Amino acid sequence: MERIEIELPSGRPAASGGGPVVVGVVASGNLEVLVERGGAPDRCRFEVSTSVHGFGQVWRAVLEDFAARRAVAGLAFSVNDAGATPAVVTLRLEQAAEEFLGEAG
Amino acid sequence: MTIPELLDGLFPAGHAVAREGDVLAGTGRASAGEVAVVGIAGGAEVGVEAALALAGELLRVVREAPGRPVLALVDTAGQRMSLRDELLGLNGYLGHLAATVELARQSGHKVVALVTGQAVSAGALALGFVADEVHALEGARLAVMALPAMARVTKIPLERLERLSAGSPVLAPGLESFVRLGAIASIWRPPLAPHLEAALARPAAPDARAALGAERGGRTLALEVSRRVASGAGALPAAPGARRVGESGPRRGGGDGR
Amino acid sequence: MSPGGPLVPRRSYREASARRRILGVLDPGSFEERLGPAERVTSPHLAALDQPVAFDDGVVVGAGTLEGRPVLAASQEGAFLGGGVGEVHGAKLAGLLAAALRDRPAAVLLLLDTGGVRLQEANAGLVAVSEVMRGVLAARAAGVPVLALVGGGWGCFGGMGIVARCCDAIAMSEEGRLGLSGPDVIEETRGVEELDASDRGLVWRTYGGKHRWLIGEADLLVEDDLDAFRAAATALLGTRRPIDLAALSSEHALLAARLAEHGGAADAAAIWGGLGVAAPAALPLLEVDEFLRAVAGARRGTR
Repeated sequence: MERIEIELPSGRPAASGGGPVVVGVVASGNLEVLVERGGAPDRCRFEVSTSVHGFGQVWRAVLEDFAARRAVAGLAFSVNDAGATPAVVTLRLEQAAEEFLGEAG
Repeated sequence: MTIPELLDGLFPAGHAVAREGDVLAGTGRASAGEVAVVGIAGGAEVGVEAALALAGELLRVVREAPGRPVLALVDTAGQRMSLRDELLGLNGYLGHLAATVELARQSGHKVVALVTGQAVSAGALALGFVADEVHALEGARLAVMALPAMARVTKIPLERLERLSAGSPVLAPGLESFVRLGAIASIWRPPLAPHLEAALARPAAPDARAALGAERGGRTLALEVSRRVASGAGALPAAPGARRVGESGPRRGGGDGR
Repeated sequence: MSPGGPLVPRRSYREASARRRILGVLDPGSFEERLGPAERVTSPHLAALDQPVAFDDGVVVGAGTLEGRPVLAASQEGAFLGGGVGEVHGAKLAGLLAAALRDRPAAVLLLLDTGGVRLQEANAGLVAVSEVMRGVLAARAAGVPVLALVGGGWGCFGGMGIVARCCDAIAMSEEGRLGLSGPDVIEETRGVEELDASDRGLVWRTYGGKHRWLIGEADLLVEDDLDAFRAAATALLGTRRPIDLAALSSEHALLAARLAEHGGAADAAAIWGGLGVAAPAALPLLEVDEFLRAVAGARRGTR
C-alpha cells in the first residue's frame, strides 16, 4: 500500500459541519472518503491509502486542485483508494465535502 | 486411524456405532455413562441427505436420551457441490442441522466435536463448529479452501499467497493455524479416552473461541471488537446539529459508490 | 439488472449502499452506529495483500428503532470484498448478537450481502462465521428474534447462507440470491454442464427470491425497494421459531418432505410444476404481486 499525506491551504467554509461523514466504497475503481473536522483553521488535511503505487504526483495535483477550488479549511479527509481515476477521486471529495458541510442539494 | 480404531481409542469400555453411507450414528460408553455418537465419515461431502440424517439423529437423542452427551465426529471434504442440492436449499438443511446441535446444547446435552480427518468449510461449520467444544486429532486437516483455488478466486498470485501464508495462521491451511486462531481448543493424541472423559466432565460454557484466539495470538482483534460492539461503543454524540455518518440531505443518485 | 422485472423501483434496496439500506429500513434518525468508520477499526490482514481497507471493515452495526421498537441491526457492504466476512467484520456481527442477549431488543436485523467467508482472511473468516452462527442461535435460544434481509447484489452465500437459515425468518427480494455454493463456484468445481453460471435465468430460478419463497427457504418475498424491506422487517418482528423439540421436529418433517417430493428434480421449473403452479415458465417475468397471486396455494413451508 502507498500512503500520501499532505496539508494544504484552503478557504474557510461558511458552515462548520457536524459529525464524520463517509462516502464511496472500497471497490475496484472506486474509493472511500471519510471527512471530519481536523487540521488548522486555514488548512485542510488529506491522508490517502492506495493500492496503486507510483501516482503520488497525480494525487498531489488532484488534492491541490480540490483544496484550491473548494473552501475546505478545517476539514480532514481520509481516503481508502482501490484504483479510482482522478475524476472519480474528485467526485468523491466533492460529495464528501458537500455532505459534511450540509451543502447537499 | 480407521473408524473402528478411533472408536476403540475413544471408548475402551465399548461402543455400538453404525455407519450408513457417510453418516455415523450410535453410542459409546464412557465412565459417566452412554455418549451419543454422530458424525460424517470418510472425508465425504455433505449433501442434503447427510445433513438431514445427522439432524434426525440429534433430534432422536434429545427426544429419547435426556442429558446424554454427544460426540460429533467430523471428517468431511466440505459441502456437496451440485445444482440439485442448491435447488433444494442445502444451506437450509445445514442451518437446520446447526439448530439441532443448539437444541441439544440448550436441552442439557454437552456437545463435543472432534475433527478426525478433514474439516473443510460448510461441512465443518454446521456440525463441528457449533458444538460446545471443538478438538482435533493429531494429523487432522483443516482448511477453508486449497491455496490454488483461493489464488484463482481472489486474483492474488499463488506464489504470493504461499509466501504470505508461511507463518500466518490466518492464511495457512492446517491444524496448527486453527489452533492458534482459537477455533480448535486442543489436539488429541492417543490415548484418546482421557481427552474425551475430560471434555465430557467440563461444564458447557459460552463461546470462548475469540478469547482463546487472543490468548494464543492468532486473532488479536476479534475479542476486543466484539466486546466493544456488545457494550455499545462508538455511539455518536447527540450534539445539536450533528448529523450521523452517511445520512445526507436531499438524495443524490450514485452518491454511495454506485 | 432485474431478471425479468420491468421498471426499477424508486428506491432500490439492491442499488443502495449498506449504510443507506440500514438507514432506509430503520426509523429515520433512530440509528446509532457502533464502531463506525471514524473509529477506523480496520482489518490488520489486508495490507500484506495490497488490498485497501474499509474504515468500517465492510459492515455497519448499531442500534435503532423499527416502528418505535428497539432493534439491533447490521448491514453488510457487498461491494467491499464481496461482503466477505473477515476477523473484524465477523467480530462486529458477533458483538451485536452478544449485545442482544443483554439488551433484549425486539429483534436483531441482519441485512446480508455476502459471498461468505472473506477468502483474503481465510481461516479467521471461517472461525468468524461460525462465531456469528453460534451468536444467532444463542440469541434465538434467549428469545430474541433474529431476522435476515436478503436483497443485495452479492446475495447471501457460503457459511453466511447457513447463518441466514439459522435466523428466525428471511425476507428476500427476487433480485436477492440465497444459497450455499454460488453459481460460479459450482461451475468452477463441477463444470458448466452441472451449472452454467452465465445463464442468468437458471441462476435466478435456483437461488432467487421467488424460488426460495416457493420452496419454503424464505418467509417473505418483497419488491426490490427500501420501504418494502422496511415493511417486511416490521411484519416479521413478532416471528419466532423457538429452538425446541416440537418446532425442530416439525421443520425436520418439512425438509424431509421437500427432499422426498423434489429430490429428483433437475430444475426449479420442474419443482414449481410439481407444486401445482400452472405456468412455471412465466413466473420469473411476473411482478411480486402478480407472482403471489399466480402461486397462491402452491407454497410449502412452516411459516
